[in-house]
Amino acid sequence: MNESIRSILKEHGRLAIEVETLAEAADLYQAGMTSHASVNVMLALESQFDVEFPDRMLRRGVFGSIASIREAVEELTAGR
Amino acid sequence: MTIEIAAKPQDAHTPSDLLARVARIATQVARVHAEDVDRKARFPTEAIEALKSEGMLGALVPSSLGGPGVPFAQVAAMCEVLGQACSATAMVFAMHQIQVACLVRHGMESPALRDYMRELVERQWLIASVTSEVGVGGEMRTSVTSVVREGERFTLEKDATTISYGAQADDLLVTARSAPDAAASDQVLVLLRKGDFTLERKGEWDTLGMRGTCSPPFKVTSRGDARQILPVPFAEIASHTMVPVSHVVWASLWLGIAAGAVSRARAFVRQQARSRPGSVPPTAVRLAELSSLLQSMRSSVHDVAVEADRLMGSGDADALSSISFALRMNNLKVSASQQVVDIVHRALLICGIQGYKNDSPFSLGRPLRDAHSAALMVGNDRILATNASMLLVLKDD
Repeated sequence: MNESIRSILKEHGRLAIEVETLAEAADLYQAGMTSHASVNVMLALESQFDVEFPDRMLRRGVFGSIASIREAVEELTAGR
Repeated sequence: MTIEIAAKPQDAHTPSDLLARVARIATQVARVHAEDVDRKARFPTEAIEALKSEGMLGALVPSSLGGPGVPFAQVAAMCEVLGQACSATAMVFAMHQIQVACLVRHGMESPALRDYMRELVERQWLIASVTSEVGVGGEMRTSVTSVVREGERFTLEKDATTISYGAQADDLLVTARSAPDAAASDQVLVLLRKGDFTLERKGEWDTLGMRGTCSPPFKVTSRGDARQILPVPFAEIASHTMVPVSHVVWASLWLGIAAGAVSRARAFVRQQARSRPGSVPPTAVRLAELSSLLQSMRSSVHDVAVEADRLMGSGDADALSSISFALRMNNLKVSASQQVVDIVHRALLICGIQGYKNDSPFSLGRPLRDAHSAALMVGNDRILATNASMLLVLKDD
């Protein structure tokens, strides 16, 4: 899953640094992701994993790092 | 028998008493000088000095630091009453309170900033905002310039496209990238103290409206103590405080401008009615319409102000950084900025030529010009584009 998340971030996150060099817990906003880019990341994740992030998950912290994105997606896909 | 009527000292600092004092300053000081401030595009010195002398620049500072700890919604109400009298005074007051809100809500962990807030209550420092910058295209959440730390000190230079009351402010709150190698959106907020910075004016401020805010471009050059860098990322300060507080205090002062225009239209219709008792003047129907529009605007501004006050007071970081909260705040800004222009325009239609004249008691030129700034202060199209993108993921569930 981390690889899919990284490839989505690479395509839509508009980060100022190489996605490959990012630690799982690294702050994506500090790495240059804007709010606008984060929306595109959300849309791509919804499409890739066939999930819908409920509004309670639509906040900064959930999309703040690769690890937090993975947790959110895992929560939504659990039990499938 | 003597009856002692004891003065209750705590009453002197109840929020409603403070609001009444601001209302007095609005009618007795701000209104008196509003025309001159507008005509000369000069700073509303008299009204701001009066607000300082009543201690209002520290209104949001909590009692633990010696301030009155006025609730945020009450500060919004103050902006509204000032907006009825003088838009420039209201905007300077509002922008200053936005800066204080950022310090109060994000600087409490820092001993140096706590000391500053105590001093602010005592000395009534006026703080200006430096979020604009040449080269970022009006996007507050990116910076070109950066703080350069050298041990316990920093240096910072910034080319700002506009600094409202920059030349009159004591201190500045400036956004910048956190370090020379940081990403454009990795910003911090830095307090620049008087004496630590110089401003070089790069242009004029000769505008259609909001002339007394004195907001020309400046080049800022500064150095200071690194403890004046706020200890949390600006991203958090912006979404939790600066953006919601800005939109609520701006909408409140626009509501004040609208209410001021409606009160002129009402006075005009009353005068017409008195000249021919027994017949309802045709303008009265337009006034009835206008009264309903003003009521809708007032309800929506007050609703969102109370909601923002409640959420900010709860300290619920998840709710404050949620897309739905950002959307509601942005919606308020866009709708209030359109309502104010519509309402002032309709008031002008009621007053007719008496409203169009600059030297009539029903003149609406100044509020109309001031109202047109609302859609431009953070352009509505930029905000709508942000909302459009947020709505792609928001489910409203």
